[in-house]
Amino acid sequence: MNEETVNIEGAVCAPPLSHNEQIVMGHGAGGRMSHQLIQRAFLPAFKNPALQVGDDAALVDAGLCQQLSISTDSHVVWPLFFPGGDIGRLAVCGTVNDVAMLGAKPLYLTAGFILEEGLQMETLQRVIASMHDAAEEARVQIVAGDTKVVQKGKADGLYITTAGVGVVRAGYAVSGANAKAGDAVILSGPVGDHGMAVLGARGELGFQSSIQSDIAPLNHLIEAMLDASRNIHVLRDPTRGGLATTLNEITMQSNIGIMLDEKTIPVRPEVGAACEMLGFDPLYVANEGKLVAMVAHEDADAVLTAMRATRYGEEAVIIGKVTSEPRERVLLKTALGTTRVVDMLAGEMLPRIC
Amino acid sequence: MKHVSEYRDAELVKGVIEEIRRTVTRPWTLMEICGGQTHAIVRHGIDQLLPSEIELVHGPGCPVCVTPLELIDKALTIASCPDVIFCSYGDMLRVPGSHADLFSVKAQGGEVRVVYSPLDAVKIAQENPDKQIVFFAIGFETTAPPNVMSVLQAQRLGLTNYSILVSHVRVPPAIRAILSSPHNRVQGFLLAGHVNAVMGYWEYPPLAEEFKVPMAVTGFEPLDIVQGILTTVQLLEAGKIGVANAYSRAVSFEGNIPAQRTIEKVFMECDRKWRGIGMIPMSGWCLRPEFDSFNAEKRFEVESIRADESPLCIAGQILQGMKKPHNCPAFRKECSPENPLGATMVSSEGACAAYYRYGRVEIKQSVTS
Repeated sequence: MNEETVNIEGAVCAPPLSHNEQIVMGHGAGGRMSHQLIQRAFLPAFKNPALQVGDDAALVDAGLCQQLSISTDSHVVWPLFFPGGDIGRLAVCGTVNDVAMLGAKPLYLTAGFILEEGLQMETLQRVIASMHDAAEEARVQIVAGDTKVVQKGKADGLYITTAGVGVVRAGYAVSGANAKAGDAVILSGPVGDHGMAVLGARGELGFQSSIQSDIAPLNHLIEAMLDASRNIHVLRDPTRGGLATTLNEITMQSNIGIMLDEKTIPVRPEVGAACEMLGFDPLYVANEGKLVAMVAHEDADAVLTAMRATRYGEEAVIIGKVTSEPRERVLLKTALGTTRVVDMLAGEMLPRIC
Repeated sequence: MKHVSEYRDAELVKGVIEEIRRTVTRPWTLMEICGGQTHAIVRHGIDQLLPSEIELVHGPGCPVCVTPLELIDKALTIASCPDVIFCSYGDMLRVPGSHADLFSVKAQGGEVRVVYSPLDAVKIAQENPDKQIVFFAIGFETTAPPNVMSVLQAQRLGLTNYSILVSHVRVPPAIRAILSSPHNRVQGFLLAGHVNAVMGYWEYPPLAEEFKVPMAVTGFEPLDIVQGILTTVQLLEAGKIGVANAYSRAVSFEGNIPAQRTIEKVFMECDRKWRGIGMIPMSGWCLRPEFDSFNAEKRFEVESIRADESPLCIAGQILQGMKKPHNCPAFRKECSPENPLGATMVSSEGACAAYYRYGRVEIKQSVTS
């Protein structure tokens, strides 16, 4: 190579593409692009105190003696059925969990269905039956609904939007904004199951897999945790964007830092292997039946014991602690004893997993 | 994953690090060629464990990063054609071309699919006889066997709707280019073990001799990487030149000969532009003329597309190991993974993305322990 071609002082890269002009898949992936979309498009328009807290549910005072937790969630997962769950179970559990994460007892849901012309009635019946079972398990009622049908090709079989309301337990202040330095960071079980199960169901793993989605209603687990301690500061389910993105959101909301211990973060061997082969990091893969909690250090053991006594908390572990510095940063102590940053998911990783 | 976990054993890694400490007597600058190694080093924090005498600089071995702008523009043109299903590895979707990226093409209705293997693209071609299926065949020697296999498979199946857009590059000419540069400061190389698993390492001893630098064939797990570093440092300290194999569980001197023969049947060496570096003579592979019918550049008549790269980032210096990502004034400011200025920030193997994602810059400032 001659001198001319190694002259790289000048030219190299293309100008930036900001994706500000049209929606791309990354805007829906739950990572930083989704965050920016909310900050730039939705927050300025709908500005109000409940929304600005930035939790997955809103805490509202409806002039009643109890505070309400309200949330909504749309579901566009494809395929509609996958190992461990389906779009119906997802639609119920997703909203139940978001409502419950403010320390609330979810009571009622509504469901809106967008159906594509040509959808098999039997498919719809299976989804409805699954929603019924999930609602029964969560002990919530689906009390209102709506149905729209769109022309063939305008939707992918079936989309569901659910909304939910619950009653916040008095005397508790659970929010992504309430993490405090010294808190223990507790994870309810292994990460990455849902995202990899959906990928497997699409036949995109390129090998047979036994991975099951972890979709579950977590409200009973949360009840047990609230019974065990009044010092539960944060509850959040790490769905799209995975554990890494959720923890980063909390560091920003609470203006704190988090230090994780890599060795303690559970990942099922088959999920770890599938991630390894496809180049995914399980910390960024979606979960639908896991929660992460920040709990006062002195209550951590009691909360852990209570969690492990419940069906969806058997594998709960402490994975790190909340620190005062560096703020808005998630750090991870690697298995080799070194330290690195765990950043948010940037854009798209896996499309339409929930 | 049992097999992998052994190569991440903290005690074994620390043992090798100790051996490196005992061996090293003066500063050495080593380059890991492969972007996969860069990510492993930063992700596991291996550079934090090394004695201060050893500096690792990050090489150009990220196929996404070095794919030239004009090939991206060609890909965008083809992907925008009606009746085309454009198949690509996921990372390529975010690499900016002159005016757009594949994500934007997708958002505007172009059919862009992420596949994990070109053989999946061949399957899509079989299932969609009324569409043209194009696979973006990027990569180093590692991905050449599946890419050429896809062409041979399509030929065997008599498919007339499958073609590949080739942007293949090879490691040895890149090493030659780096060592020939008057700015070079690399004293030893960690070779890209996966490339060597296919190609062996018979191409490297002449390079080592000519430029008087030692090289070690190196794997990708933490233990493999520190073993590669130790081997290179031992050669440097002993004043020896040559190529050692520190990844013998996967690599032989000859490599995978049937794979090499298959590559040779379909590909021939050609000049290739590297994004951020420029033209490196005979550094690429392209389809032999007898496979013209599988050449997407010819099929879609995009050969004449040219693009000049604009002077906004220092990816070129980073890809040649002359600068570290955080030396770039745009790093973490104008340039981030969701808004990349350069390909090194886009690819999951790019050095800038590794530094960004694993916070290599601020770690030292913020962690006191």
